Amino acid sequence: MTQTMTAARAPGHSGRRRNNGTLPVLVLFLPPALLIFTLFVILPMGEAAWYSLYDWSGYGLPEKFIGLKNFEVLFRNGAFHQALINNGLIMVVSIVIQIPLALWLATMVSHRIPGAVSFRLIFFMPYVLADVAAGLIWRFVYDGDYGLFAAIASFFNVASPYVLADKNLAIYAVLGVIVWKYFGFHMMLFIAGLQSIDKSYYEAAEMDGATRWQRFRNITLPLLAPTIRLSVFFSVIGSLQLFDMIMPLTGGGPSNSTQTMVTFLYSYGITRMKVGFGSAIGVVLFVICITLAFGYKRIFMRND
Amino acid sequence: MKFRTLFGAAIGLALSASTSLADVTVKWLHLNTDPDVGAAWGEIVKNFEASHPGVKVEMQFLENEAFKAKLPTLLQSNEPPHLFYTWGGGVLAEQARTGAIKDLTEAMDADGGKLRAVYNPALVNGLTVQGKVYALPYQTGLVSFYYNKALFEKAGVDAADIKSWADFLTAVKKIKDAGITPIAGGGGEKWPIHFYWGYLAMREGGKAAFDAAKASEGDGFTSEAFVKAGQDLAALGKLEPFQQGYLGATWPQTLGLFGDGKAAILLGFESTVYMQGNGAADGKGLPRDQIGTFAFPLVDGGAGQLTDTMGGINGWVLTKNAPPEALEFAAFLTNPESQKLMASKNLIIPAAIGSGEAIQEPLVKNAAQGLAASTWHQNFLDQDLGPAVGRVVNDVSVEIVSGQMSPEDAAQQIQDAWALDN
Repeated sequence: MTQTMTAARAPGHSGRRRNNGTLPVLVLFLPPALLIFTLFVILPMGEAAWYSLYDWSGYGLPEKFIGLKNFEVLFRNGAFHQALINNGLIMVVSIVIQIPLALWLATMVSHRIPGAVSFRLIFFMPYVLADVAAGLIWRFVYDGDYGLFAAIASFFNVASPYVLADKNLAIYAVLGVIVWKYFGFHMMLFIAGLQSIDKSYYEAAEMDGATRWQRFRNITLPLLAPTIRLSVFFSVIGSLQLFDMIMPLTGGGPSNSTQTMVTFLYSYGITRMKVGFGSAIGVVLFVICITLAFGYKRIFMRND
Repeated sequence: MKFRTLFGAAIGLALSASTSLADVTVKWLHLNTDPDVGAAWGEIVKNFEASHPGVKVEMQFLENEAFKAKLPTLLQSNEPPHLFYTWGGGVLAEQARTGAIKDLTEAMDADGGKLRAVYNPALVNGLTVQGKVYALPYQTGLVSFYYNKALFEKAGVDAADIKSWADFLTAVKKIKDAGITPIAGGGGEKWPIHFYWGYLAMREGGKAAFDAAKASEGDGFTSEAFVKAGQDLAALGKLEPFQQGYLGATWPQTLGLFGDGKAAILLGFESTVYMQGNGAADGKGLPRDQIGTFAFPLVDGGAGQLTDTMGGINGWVLTKNAPPEALEFAAFLTNPESQKLMASKNLIIPAAIGSGEAIQEPLVKNAAQGLAASTWHQNFLDQDLGPAVGRVVNDVSVEIVSGQMSPEDAAQQIQDAWALDN
């Protein structure tokens, strides 16, 4: 009897408790976050979408409504096409070169061998460096008069290359810096992933006579897959946002050959005082980001 | 209108009277990074504060690019600076259009035009938008050719022989044949190359061509003069006159190259004589007597004159709600005494009439005299035509000289950008 009574009362009781418990929490904690999110994320996004329909310099209020003309001009702009191609190229290089490199190094330095920790630190160092500083450092490295490249060239007695001034080479120079800068970050992700893999799998595989490659192929890779998927996700989003390293390196030049979408936004939107046009670029960038981010999460990261 | 200003003045007076002992702080936003200029300004501020008790001048600094990017937001904020730097041209016009800055016409013409009479009229004109003065002129500049005398001698070139663009091209060839880099070019920053296109357009079309293009008359920027300017520039580009890797070179690198004696010619500012030293590997650069100068040469059959000059026009803008003390300070900063102080240290070519005589350095003085004799002074095109069109001019100048774009396409791009804006 008492048992049934408590059983009957229990659901109602717990239901009321949930109300009692969560509502104040909601009332107390949701508004500030919601307010900040609305004020600094939703509102600017909406504003950008609105500005993108105007020819506006940034001074005063936008008054000259021009419909979708900004988008029309944008999609016809050769430099924007180049920026899109470059963003794609950065993504491909990140996935095809940077992540395998990071994975390879991670499998090496995650073992408990002497010096592993210091190598981890060295590989991670470029990532810690500020993007602008990295850009400036590499500008000196690539410099054809006084830089490292000039020194190497003079050592081998060949003409010094001016990679950042060559519109066919500059983007590869930039890609090199990107790989150098960010592989450490992905390596760290992989090290964390590797350390969570149970050692007993490897011991069992070893007893069964599996080769190193078989162990990597059949244990490491499948168990590391969620980390790899996350890593690719970071690469894709990161490549879309790339800006502060390119500015000191090339500023998007020569002849717009190293423009990314964000540097394009800066040089065509902000420095030219075409805030309406810049907003249109921002809107396109936003749509691409959202599509890629959600599409990727939907398709590849559903189970993670 | 008159009543309102009077009323405003009365309130201002009343306020300043009641708070005469309290401090008024003039907020002065600048982008100077030269310590010598900073020191001279410090002196001027001290003089001003001594003669204006209760007024304090507070300097605020923004780096060049940051200044340009941040100013629109700053001007619309609740805490705009009272006084800031301007290059005139399209940006000033844009600022004027929004009403964020003060119309100084009345102040200029008060007391029978006492303030207006202080400055070189061409400069006041350069800071005037639709008949209204929006800034007090502060300094001006001249872009002209500077050359390394020793390298010219080595190549057997005499600067006095360079009368026309064709002569110039011949000289470039001769220098190149002598195994010397003829010209130091800053293609990475683009605007150093726009000096070439700009000057060539001035020499080809004269003032009339610019006036017509700006009024959107005829073929605008696609008219013959501008296409020809592009062709002249392309002809220079074909000679490959610049140093290796000039398309990535910054302006300081370019100055350094000239200062190191690795290039014979530089198209640069009036301050080249100093800047080349700062940029040089040894920190000294070429000895001053080893640097010569000549005006941008004429083109055959062009409408321009040798005395038509291109260079900066700079001034100080007051924001709408700036206190009267801010105007007093701006006038003090640009009065003949302060300008002479700056000029005597060779820091600026002053905007105040007669102050240029104080300049000591012969090369700078030479530029000042060139400006005094100017028949038409054109502001930098990337300022004058506004930031959007200006950047297109910079872009296409580099594209033309590096052979990436035809002069016709370049003219069309400028015209397209101009038509979009005007």
